[in-house]
Amino acid sequence: MEMLLPYLKAFAVGGAFCALGQVFIDYTKLTPARILVAYVVAGVVLGGLGVYQPVIDFAGAGATVPLTGFGALLAKGTREAVLEKGLLGVLSGGFTASAAGIAAAVFFGLIAALLFRSGDKS
Amino acid sequence: MALTPKDYDQMTKKASPNTKSWRNIPLAFLIGGLICTLGQGMMEFLAAQGLQKDEAAAWTSVALVFLSALLTGLKVYDNIAKFGGAGTLVPITGFANAVVSPAIEFKSEGLVLGLGAKMFIIAGPVIVYGVTAAIIYGLILFLTGAH
Repeated sequence: MEMLLPYLKAFAVGGAFCALGQVFIDYTKLTPARILVAYVVAGVVLGGLGVYQPVIDFAGAGATVPLTGFGALLAKGTREAVLEKGLLGVLSGGFTASAAGIAAAVFFGLIAALLFRSGDKS
Repeated sequence: MALTPKDYDQMTKKASPNTKSWRNIPLAFLIGGLICTLGQGMMEFLAAQGLQKDEAAAWTSVALVFLSALLTGLKVYDNIAKFGGAGTLVPITGFANAVVSPAIEFKSEGLVLGLGAKMFIIAGPVIVYGVTAAIIYGLILFLTGAH
């Protein structure tokens, strides 16, 4: 049972982030693109306020996998870079922290687009 | 009562937002929760191999992005998204899907302005506003000397 607990927490918290997103889709005029933008910006704000790290400590991937986690990572990278490099870190921190994820999406996206064809959207 | 297709369209539009939510929201919870649980499994596996916590998290993101790119290319991800809704949008796999899907779709418009440009149709704004928010946060830290 003890071993399953982190998975249950990740499931519950990650699921809750997604359920909230579905509420936005069903009850507001927010498009999926706007929801992604809102989640990342919210993650930066919550990460900056120091509110998000406790959620990560509690839920692990349940907090890092949703895009709020991506935003919190931007904030964390910025904070560390400002500590280390001062004003230059204000600019370099966000991209440094998120580089692996963004580069992976760009690179795998290119490879997938070259390998696969767009099918009919039935 | 005779219904024209137009009437029927209006009726479904009227009826669908609320009547579907009772199903959409739990489904988003379930699918999104499962994606995060998969991520948790990857993270714990990588941590067991001796990786630092944030390295394990970064590799997990990369692996999920790869998986999403593959499943998007195979048309599997969009089929899961049909019932997963926000459960497939909010996790990082949804971000990857938003990159890969237009890249594949607009390949026919050319490798540069088709594939290369349209890849960022959703990821672009996410990066623009995410990085801008991070810069504002960094400036506040720098100016207040909180660092």
